[in-house]
Amino acid sequence: MTGKGRFLAAGVMAASMAGLLPMPAFAYKVYVSNEKDNTVSVVDSTTMEVVNTIQVGQRPRGITISHDGKFIYLCASDDDTIEIIDTATDQIVGSLPSGPDPELFVLSPDGKRLYVANEDDNLVTVIDLETKKVIAEVPVGVEPEGMGVSPDGSVMVNTSETTNMAHFIDTETHEISDNVLVDSRPRFAEFTPDGSQVWVSAEIGGTVSVIDNASREVIHKITFEIPGLRSESIQPVGVRITADGTKAYVALGPANRVAVVDTKTYEVLKYILVGQRVWQLAFTPDQKTVISTNGVSNDITFIDVATDEPVQSVTVGALPWGVVVSPN
Amino acid sequence: MNTQPATGATTTRPVNAASKPFGLRSYLVCLKGILVREGLRFLNQRERFISSLVRPLLWLFIFAAGFRQVLGVSIIPPYKTYVLYEVYISPGLCGMILLFSGMQSSLSMVYDREMGNMRTLLVSPFPRWYLLVSKLLAGVTVSIAQVYVFLAVAWFWGVKAPPIGYVFVLPALFLSGLMLCGLGMFLSSMIKQLENFSGVMNFVIFPMYFASPALYPLWRIQESSPLLYQICLANPFTYAVELIRFAFYGQVDWISLVVVAACTAVFLAGAIIAYDPSRGLMNRKQDTGGNA
Repeated sequence: MTGKGRFLAAGVMAASMAGLLPMPAFAYKVYVSNEKDNTVSVVDSTTMEVVNTIQVGQRPRGITISHDGKFIYLCASDDDTIEIIDTATDQIVGSLPSGPDPELFVLSPDGKRLYVANEDDNLVTVIDLETKKVIAEVPVGVEPEGMGVSPDGSVMVNTSETTNMAHFIDTETHEISDNVLVDSRPRFAEFTPDGSQVWVSAEIGGTVSVIDNASREVIHKITFEIPGLRSESIQPVGVRITADGTKAYVALGPANRVAVVDTKTYEVLKYILVGQRVWQLAFTPDQKTVISTNGVSNDITFIDVATDEPVQSVTVGALPWGVVVSPN
Repeated sequence: MNTQPATGATTTRPVNAASKPFGLRSYLVCLKGILVREGLRFLNQRERFISSLVRPLLWLFIFAAGFRQVLGVSIIPPYKTYVLYEVYISPGLCGMILLFSGMQSSLSMVYDREMGNMRTLLVSPFPRWYLLVSKLLAGVTVSIAQVYVFLAVAWFWGVKAPPIGYVFVLPALFLSGLMLCGLGMFLSSMIKQLENFSGVMNFVIFPMYFASPALYPLWRIQESSPLLYQICLANPFTYAVELIRFAFYGQVDWISLVVVAACTAVFLAGAIIAYDPSRGLMNRKQDTGGNA
């Protein structure tokens, strides 16, 4: 190769390597509920900086967003209410009757109902968002927490932390149709995009149970092993599955890692190091980034979905708990 | 150096007004000769090659695994998120390779002097400074080759930097390598016998290595001992490690760059002066040279 050719080849190589670097994505607003200092941090997904801090009710935890991206719904657990934040102004514009101690909730696929887990009251409360009224209360196991809804909206799943069950609830009749025993302290329920499975994380059990939605049986239990970490410190909490259904991300609590799981083989592809006590996860609408809340280190970590590499950690408020990304 | 006829063998200062000045080509031939010799010497000494690779890998595989939990995680520039301890110490281990290799290359100067090979080099008609710089470049080239072999093994172990970082780190490795080889060469000029060099290794290499951010962030050292922190700040190796660390992430740590460049100039000038026969440092050694 001539000197010139070699130089050219080196240039091409450098350029292709530069192409491997993550490109800046469309700017989204990331909303993070900070459990300890009663705030919601608003983070710009491009600059990865906190652009606003909203004062909210006491002990904000569960957080979600309307499908049109106009309103944030936030569980103010110790105020026994759900607050509504306008994403255009980042101001609280109203509240919803939630029942006591709301912790986590899920929005129905049609965007009309909110299914809320009331931790202290062993109830799942169904709220109509148009009338802002409670339309049903479903008694479930002790300490309900995780909430998932099937993509067609016909079934919701609640997990009860102390009863160690996933309760399948018909969204028409508001009655429990099936109870599936899972491992100790189930925290979160997530349907696969095709609605065929529900993934339920068990914090103390250290597993994720994959439940077949048709047979309502556990068809696989995913376990996690991280060299150098005691198994007790691996506590799965938040679970998110990509829109194409190929990969699942599981927040592993005090293990300070997010596990990437192949949804076909159930094998852990990778453990991604994030901050301390990683709790919940959220995708950006373009599915290029997944964001974790790291409670003890008071920050969130942006993870590139294509490479499964952590990109940057951003300090937010005290004890970040939940996260949601506005599509606007 | 056999490629050059020993026309100036009878004088220690062969380039003078009377002789025809050498062209660039001659200088390159001389450089090539020294580079090839250094490369061959390295390749032929398999033990040296293996040990130079095993040393940092031991730190990476065993030490880093053991200390992963103890030292915890923190975000400090250039890192934007949490990194594993293995990732943190990798730039330090690159620095360690340069440090050991630089010193080893200088050790070979002492060996050459004792064995008489250096005489062949020094009777070359090229200026003394040029020979020393060529020797230095040869040492740095061998060091950088070792670093990239280490980085390749680390890559397969899962310790990775951004891909572009492997290109950016090259100039940082070169400058740091030059500084450490220069330091080694300067030290070697003051060592009378091969046996004395091991003492210098212990008094130079290990203190430089441990009093640096190679194994732990400096803020941790500052927390435990402000005095030790000041010592770390006075250590040129500290800046070499930080220069390499930032380069892996496509950033320039300007303070480190300035310090490393300045130290390189000082050590190099020191070595050239020390090896200059008219300055007396060599003469002093020649008194004991016969006893070696």
